[in-house]
Amino acid sequence: MGSYVPITEKERAEMLARIGVPSAEALYADVPAGLLFPPLSGLPEGLSEMEAWERVSALAEKNRVYRTVLRGAGSYRHYIPAAVKAAAGREEFVTAYTPYQPEISQGLLQGMFEFQTMICELTGMDVANASHYDGATAAAETPAMCRDRRRRRVLVSGAADPQVLETMRTYAWGSDTPLETVPLKDGRTDPEALSRMLNGETAMVYLQQPNYFGLIEDAAAIGAIVHATGAKFVMGVNPIACALLPTPALCGADVAVGEGQPLGLETAFGGPYLGFMAVPKRLTRQLPGRIVGQTCDAEGRRGYVLTLSGREQHIRREKASSNICSNQAHCALTAAVYLSAMGSEGLRRAARNSMSKAHYLAAQLEEKLGWKRVHGSEFFHEFVTECPDTARALGALEAAGILGGLPVEGGLLWCVTELVSKECLDEAVACLREVF
Amino acid sequence: MEDLKLIFERGEEGQGLTLLPPCDVEEHFLPEERKEEPRLPHVSENELMRHYTALSGRVHGVNHGFYPLGSCTMKYNPKVDEATAALPGFTRLHPLQPQESTQGALEAVFLCQSMLGEITGMDAVSMQPAAGAHGELTGLLLIKAYHESRGNRARTKIIVPDSAHGTNPASAVMAGFSVVNIPSGPDGCVDLEVLRAAAGPDTAGLMLTNPNTVGIFDKNIREITDTIHAAGGLCYYDGANLNAVMGVVRPGDMGFDCIHLNLHKTFAAPHGGGGPGAGAVGCKAFLADFLPGPVAACGDAGFVWDTPKRSIGRVKAFWGNFDVMIKSLTYLLTLGRSGVREGAIHAVLAANYMKACLQDDFDMAYPGLCMHEFVMTLERFKEETGVSALDLAKGMLDHGVHPPTMYFPAIVHEALMVEPCETETKETLDAAVALYRSLGEAARRDPESLHTAPHKTPVGRLDEVKAARDQILRWTPQA
Repeated sequence: MGSYVPITEKERAEMLARIGVPSAEALYADVPAGLLFPPLSGLPEGLSEMEAWERVSALAEKNRVYRTVLRGAGSYRHYIPAAVKAAAGREEFVTAYTPYQPEISQGLLQGMFEFQTMICELTGMDVANASHYDGATAAAETPAMCRDRRRRRVLVSGAADPQVLETMRTYAWGSDTPLETVPLKDGRTDPEALSRMLNGETAMVYLQQPNYFGLIEDAAAIGAIVHATGAKFVMGVNPIACALLPTPALCGADVAVGEGQPLGLETAFGGPYLGFMAVPKRLTRQLPGRIVGQTCDAEGRRGYVLTLSGREQHIRREKASSNICSNQAHCALTAAVYLSAMGSEGLRRAARNSMSKAHYLAAQLEEKLGWKRVHGSEFFHEFVTECPDTARALGALEAAGILGGLPVEGGLLWCVTELVSKECLDEAVACLREVF
Repeated sequence: MEDLKLIFERGEEGQGLTLLPPCDVEEHFLPEERKEEPRLPHVSENELMRHYTALSGRVHGVNHGFYPLGSCTMKYNPKVDEATAALPGFTRLHPLQPQESTQGALEAVFLCQSMLGEITGMDAVSMQPAAGAHGELTGLLLIKAYHESRGNRARTKIIVPDSAHGTNPASAVMAGFSVVNIPSGPDGCVDLEVLRAAAGPDTAGLMLTNPNTVGIFDKNIREITDTIHAAGGLCYYDGANLNAVMGVVRPGDMGFDCIHLNLHKTFAAPHGGGGPGAGAVGCKAFLADFLPGPVAACGDAGFVWDTPKRSIGRVKAFWGNFDVMIKSLTYLLTLGRSGVREGAIHAVLAANYMKACLQDDFDMAYPGLCMHEFVMTLERFKEETGVSALDLAKGMLDHGVHPPTMYFPAIVHEALMVEPCETETKETLDAAVALYRSLGEAARRDPESLHTAPHKTPVGRLDEVKAARDQILRWTPQA
């Protein structure tokens, strides 16, 4: 019903007269007549704002929002400080385009520069880009950064998130890049199998830390094996875990990527999320996407601009290494506000509490239900336990408003964040005890 | 004006927010933990809010004023769209919840797929791609899968007009194709003779924007798509300029086989300072089995995720930029059948009106009627006044108006591309025309004032060469 068009009939007539055409339809003279104004019978008539609001609200109400979420697998419900939405939600940030005119976009550019800095601090890297679509697409773009004529082969840890792996496969198929997965040993990337697979044609190895099963990989050792054959080492990391784990830079990674959603973004049914990507200085020119750099104006005032755009599609066209144009700028800004609010101490607290509570739940599941973890090594805030009947387990939790772990091979993949209190964890275990 | 502090330069060690309670279970420590803390800001909540409020004061958004950035469709972003997208029934959903618990979300995706299919004349739509360029890659992978499925590996080339967005050739290469650039005709449109010569047994497809990047609807569109089909290739529609024709003419009827749409352009989702967008991809029935999966489908027991039989695979984790899609869904429900058409017609009306008002003052790259945007060429103007397209654009910054897109498309010299959009009042358009004219006069009277513009912005013209040379790409603490 509404189209947000403010032109009155009288004005329309004046405008048409100025243009010199008899009607608005006449503006489409170049469109072949038979194609003009299709009936669009499959499209409903428009609604008033109130009706549209009610219609979409009704859809929202059909969904179940769980009180307690014990599921992660690539999407994590953490506490989001109130200031995050208040600051990042400012309409100036929301309604602007990519900052092509830096003089009237300094707020956005500075915000991105700060985001880049924070990603460098989390990963230990020198340079970060201003974001990618999500962690999966960021990972999928790394082969193009690492391969050359001789080295085209890509190896991906079998403990990478299956959705990340699948996205990497799609991209690899597109660019005719061979991609193979590295077998696991007790849920972690098997270093011996990796050694056997590496050869002079291997461009890179992708390792997820913590891996899909929540396990902490011996990243530095894997990195050393990879580098010994001259391939590049790419790590996909959880940014909250970065507060506690040795940085990708320390583990020898050439590229660090990851899913930034845990940094103050809602789980929002899977998007929009935030891919991040960082490299050591020597690989700056391999980075795809926008990069903000500091400079100054004629009077020496500090300012920020999009820079090194000679890498990008709008300059290099078919010679660009990536086609990315729009990114997830507002999600990056949100993450920067989140990290500013949390600070290093707050971030470590979120990481420590998540990890500690995950360990508490693992211990409780073993003690009260006899469900053992299926892997032996250290984990962060996700872990897999055996479960004799996943449907029954999830049903019992569902009835209590709890989203239980994700069914995976061997049992359930659980996740606990700082949001879940000990009381809620005890309640979940008690629910399960009633049916097992 | 003093430099705005970086957030790292604000606050003091020891300041911060109290956000999380102490751990209520025994704390766990890893055998090997990070020793050096990340140097994140340490600010109070008050300082944090002041910082970001100060930053937001240095951003020009659609709400500030006219934003006729060509090719970007900076229309008004309705607030009800933001309100529905912020509903907890959407934002609090985990993407891997059981399907029975997300029926409303699945229905929303299904509705959006259906409505976009109807508007574009496509039989199937996937909401998975995150942005326009991501949609292009996806569409090209559909074309690749199609040819491969027919055992044809000889079709390795994608034809792209030289006026195309840079993402087109870059996407083609990511999909494993090589690019054949074809020059545009003198009218800015595809030269049919050139196209016929380029199309052949190695042609995988053609990528085209229509209306094209100079704002003209290619009247030979059926001949163009027929030529490609006759050669055995497929036709890809870059939906960046759909705002001119939504509800008026459908890419599917023009002969295109697959498309992407920019929900953050045509369908009013805000651009967020560079994203997130959403790049829905649509295709004709014969390509539907290749779509990235899963797509929302309506089954007997409700809505389900369905992976197409011969899917190219995922192009992204989960289901796309879902919450951006909710904004566009709300927008589409509001506009409906008549509204989309009314929007497109007024977008074209606004552009033609501005073009008519300005054509005596500035050279137009292509005379005659335009679609939703038009391109001025300041080549002669620059020769006469010494003032470039860049100078004129910078002059606009002092007047609360966002400049047009500069120096695009590259086939037009000293280009300024103006896309006013349908959501602006005539008063706004008239004011912009008056401003462009007065800057044109200023260029003849006092060119220096434009060479050095802008004068009223928080910073003046920034040294981009220095930025590229110095490569200061992050804050580093002072020693």
